[in-house]
This record gives sequence, C-alpha cells and structure tokens, in this order.
Amino acid sequence: MARRSGSPFIGFGAVFVKELADHLGSSRMFVLEWLVLLTGIGAVYTAISDLKTTTASDPFVFLRLFTHARDPLPSFIAVLAFLVPLMAIGLGFDAINSEFNRRTMSRILAQPIYRDALLLGKFLAGLATLAIALVMLWLLVVGFGLITLGVPPSGAEVSRGIGFLVVALFYGGLWLTVAILCSVLFRSAATSALVALGLWLLATVLWPLIVQFAANAIYPPNAVTLLLGGGPSLGQVELQQTLSRVSPSTLFDESVLALLHPATRALGPVFMSQLEGSVMGAPLPFGQSLLLIWPQATGLVAGTIIVFVFAYIAFQRQEVRA
Amino acid sequence: MSEVVLSAKGLSKWYGPIAAVSGVDLELHRGEILGMLGPNGAGKTTTILMLLGLTEPSSGTIDVGGFDPIRAPLEVKRRVGYLPDSVGFYDNLTARQNLRYTARLAGLPREQAEAGISAALKRVGLDEVADRGMRTLSHGMRQRLGLAEVLMKGVELAVLDEPTSGLDPQASFDLLDTIRGLKADGTAVLLSSHLLDRVQAVCDRVALFHRGKIVLEGTVPDLARRVFGGVYIFELDLEGDVDAPSLFAALPGVRQATAADGTVRVLADRDVRAELARAAVAAGAALHRLVSVEPSLDAIYRHYFEGRHGTA
Ligand SMILES: Nc1ncnc2c1ncn2[C@@H]1O[C@H](COP(=O)(O)OP(=O)(O)OP(=O)(O)O)[C@@H](O)[C@H]1O
Ligand SMILES: [Mg+2]
Repeated sequence: MARRSGSPFIGFGAVFVKELADHLGSSRMFVLEWLVLLTGIGAVYTAISDLKTTTASDPFVFLRLFTHARDPLPSFIAVLAFLVPLMAIGLGFDAINSEFNRRTMSRILAQPIYRDALLLGKFLAGLATLAIALVMLWLLVVGFGLITLGVPPSGAEVSRGIGFLVVALFYGGLWLTVAILCSVLFRSAATSALVALGLWLLATVLWPLIVQFAANAIYPPNAVTLLLGGGPSLGQVELQQTLSRVSPSTLFDESVLALLHPATRALGPVFMSQLEGSVMGAPLPFGQSLLLIWPQATGLVAGTIIVFVFAYIAFQRQEVRA
Repeated sequence: MSEVVLSAKGLSKWYGPIAAVSGVDLELHRGEILGMLGPNGAGKTTTILMLLGLTEPSSGTIDVGGFDPIRAPLEVKRRVGYLPDSVGFYDNLTARQNLRYTARLAGLPREQAEAGISAALKRVGLDEVADRGMRTLSHGMRQRLGLAEVLMKGVELAVLDEPTSGLDPQASFDLLDTIRGLKADGTAVLLSSHLLDRVQAVCDRVALFHRGKIVLEGTVPDLARRVFGGVYIFELDLEGDVDAPSLFAALPGVRQATAADGTVRVLADRDVRAELARAAVAAGAALHRLVSVEPSLDAIYRHYFEGRHGTA
C-alpha cells in the first residue's frame, strides 16, 4: 500500500467524546451497571456480616470484602469475573456494524479522518466506560466496608485493591476488543453478540474441561499412584496449567488470586523443597505479588493488542458500501 | 476553461472477475455541474466511491485539487463534500448534534462550525426541526440534512449520489436551487440521478454510464446530435378519427411517427411542419398544436437504450 500522509489520530478526540457520551447515556450501560451493582451489593453484604467478627484479627480484612463467599452466594470477584466480560461485550459487539446498519459509515469516513481514529476512539471510549463503572463499584465497596467495618484500609490493601482494578480493566479490555473484532466481522449485531458470547463461554466454561480431558489423555494417570492415593503426575499438572492459560479467564483468575490473597506464593505446582524455610501463610509484599502476576497481566495486554490488530486489519479491508 | 477541480483517467474497479467500472475518464472544473446518468448497476456509485478514496481503484489515476485520494485521503476529504446514496444519521442525537459531530470530525473550528450549521440548516429548510430528535425526521428531511452537511463543510467539490431520491417535488426543485447556489459559489458539483428532467435543468454536462463505461458525455444538445443524428422532432395534438402515425409515416422526409396519449411524435430528416399540417387537415383532423421540440434528456436516454439491454 502507498504511504499515506497525515496523522492517524486526527478526529480521534471527536470519536472518543461522542462514543463515551453514547455509552454513558445508553440504557444498555444502565442495565449492566445495575446488574453489577445489585449482585455486588448482595455479595459484599454477606461478606460483611461474616467478617465483622474477624475485623480485629485479620490484617487484610478489606480484601476479604472482595473474596469472601458464603454458599449459595458467590464472592464479589466471582460476580465481577462473570460480569466484566459481559459488560465489555455489551459495549463492543455493535461498535462497527451499527455504523453500517445505520448507514452512517460512508458519511463518517468521507470526513478527513482515518479509520484508525474511528476504531481506536471506539475502543478507548468503551474502555473508559468500563473503567468508570469499575472505579465506581470499587469505591462503593470500599466505602461500604469503611462504614460497616469501621477500620480504614491499610496502604497494602489499597494498592492491592487498585492492582485488582487494573487487572479487571485489562481483562475487560480483552473482551472488548474481541467484541469489536466480532462487530467488524459480522454485519448483523445479533450474530456478533452471539459469537462474542460464545467465545467467552468457550474460554471460561468449556476450555477448562477440554484442557483436563486433553491432559488426562496425554498423561494417563498411573494405576499404581492412583492406588496409593497419589495425585496426577507433574507432567499432567504442568500441561494442564499451560493449556488453561490460553484462556484469558485463567489469567484473570490467577492474577486476582495473587493480588487479593497476599499469602499466594506461586501460581503453579510447588515442591516441598522449594518451601523450605518459608513461613507458611505469611503474606507476600505487594511488589512480590506484582512480580508473580506480571506474566498474566502482560498476557492479557498482549492478547488485547493482537486481537485489536486483527480487528484493525479486517476493518481496513472492508468496503464502505453496506 | 477555469481551474480543474477533479480529473480521473482510466478509472477501473474489479470485483473479482466482474468489472463494476472500466476505463472511466472524468474532468470537472470550478463551478461546473456534471450529471451522472445510467441504469442501475452501471457503476455510478462505484466511480464516486473511488473519487472520494472510499474504495481503492483497481487501476487509473485520480486528482482532486492536486491530491491523490489514495496517497493523501485527508487532503481530498477536506475538499470534498459527499452525500451518500443512502444517508443515515445517529438516532439518539438531534439534527444539529449530528452535524456538530461531523463538523468536529472535519476539524472545523467551533464557532465557524456553529454558524455554518445554522446557515446550512436554514438553506435546506430544516431550521425548525434542527433541535428535534432524528427519529422525528422523515426520509426526505434526512436527505436534506445530508445536503446541509455538505453545505456546512464549505467544499470545493460536492459529490451528491442520488440527492433527489425521496424528495417531494417542491423539495427537489429547492434542491436544484441549492445546487445552483453551490455553483455560484464556485463549487464544482458531481451528481448522479435518475430524474432526467431535473438533471437536464441543472447540469452543464452529463455523462451517461452503461456497464461501467461512460458511453456518452457532453452537453444535452451535444448528446442529442450524437444520438439522433440530424433528426428533427415534432409533436402534434390532433382531434379526429384518423390513423395519424401511418398517415404521417407515408410523407416524404418522415422517418418515424408514433402516437402516445393523444400526442403524435414525428421524427424527420428536415423541417416538415408545413407538410404535416397540410396532411392532417386534408385527412379531416383538427390540428390543435404543432411544435418542433428539442430532444429532452429523457428522449435521448430512452432512444439510446432502446434496442440495447436496458440494464447492465
Ligand atoms: N462489493 C461489491 N462486490 C461485488 N460487486 C459489486 C460490489 N459493489 C458493487 N458491485 C457491482 O458493481 C456494479 C456497479 O454498481 P454501482 O453501485 O456503482 O451502480 P450504480 O450505477 O450506482 O447503480 P444505481 O443506479 O442502482 O445506484 C454493479 O453491477 C454491482 O453489482
Ligand atoms: Mg448508485
């Protein structure tokens, strides 16, 4: 392709502002936020009623607000792990195809902007909406905790909480790009939403099953170890973990585990010899936890970039005529 | 002639093995109006999209105000206003907000944009509905809003793809006025339309598209000469029980005579008005009207496509 002149970011601001305003004012966003809010409040409320008794003894009581679960209610992070992708897909599944269906695409692309600005503006506006919603929820949970628990969060808790927020945003960003890619590939918004949701189900529900099945098939459990009450072989565990990390939901779960359970020391199999001299159950400093999840977090970002590039290429090649 | 705003040479577009456009040459000057005609699927919209840089040509070169739409698309799009054949707007915004968004994308300074938007809305007669939601606007109003967008942008070249579709008669006459206004401001206008009389009324030149090629190009009298050769056309209104077509067809110099809706149309090699009148009266008919007609674009178009396959 011939080299083109002019910045790809001309018009980006205009697109961003319009899309953000659209998202924040849309009934879709309103519904999603209330959904998250209500389930979140339910989860946090039960957590608080359980936690009140341990406030004094637990140094990370604020983090428990996020992670505590009591049957049959899930924990707040379990709710988020479920609803963040849903929200992201809800924000992105009709990003591009709606412009075609409303017949605004040719009018917009006849203005002096590159398609880059349109795609990036839409992505970042979706991400900003997600960020606003997550920050609001986060503040709500912390505020709720402050009032009911009556102790302020420690510095470590705040930084871990913010770390969690950032990881949740990365995770949402990945599903947002997946949804935007679908909106480029499929002209019908319903198809696009369905495919995006299908991919999400595949990654969160089906993939772990497939992985377990595959690992079992490749490293069949040894009859003797089974008789002796042993677990699966190391090879099987490692294969299973490697494969399962293809799914962004695994990356997210692992990151959240390390961030919100400060005692987490490793995200893979650990040998007894490696634990020699360690104080079991002692929390890791925040920096060490960050190091632990670094690969997971960069994995999520890298995935986002790769999917975005695919969406970009597909969009560039598209005919403007609907 | 004055400065060239648009020039295209050897423009072609292939969709797989099908040539949507093949070897189209176009030139447009400041303040000139060129009409694009042709059957459905003749390649008008495809040509327009290539001129705007919205579709990459398979071959050929384009120059819009000194810029190539592929290499410098932003420069071209700053200079060109486009009204698509099916124009849509954001339903959750008002008419004015829709134009505001386009103005921001076009990089117009805020104050200039506000003034331009109000002026453009007034010019297309939408100032009263400007702050109502898009949902309350009719199809024709949307079409006019699309035109307002082109006016607001203040461009050197306005490309209008079927701007008259869906307009009521009064609105389409107003549209012609607006287009003449653009011409007066020195804007070149490229417009495609199926309303031949409207095209004839406003265009300086017309280009007739057929199967991806321009088969005829020039002023309307030019085309008439080329399509009809040196033919004279007369129309007569007769009253009386006569078989006018066969009566006139027998006269020397007459090539063809047809009757439709009480009006007889005669094609002849020379001015046969005297003979026609005499023959009609001799046959006992009352002659109400006898005129020599300049071939309309409509007649040219139909004559050209008669015998050829009407559609591509
Ligand atoms: N994306 C595409 N893929 C394949 N063929 C296409 C595509 N777009 C247009 N065509 C073909 O290109 C030809 C020209 O279409 P075009 O839209 O330019 O016609 P037109 O002159 O604008 O017709 P109309 O008067 O109906 O608007 C048609 O035969 C059409 O089928
Ligand atoms: Mg067309």
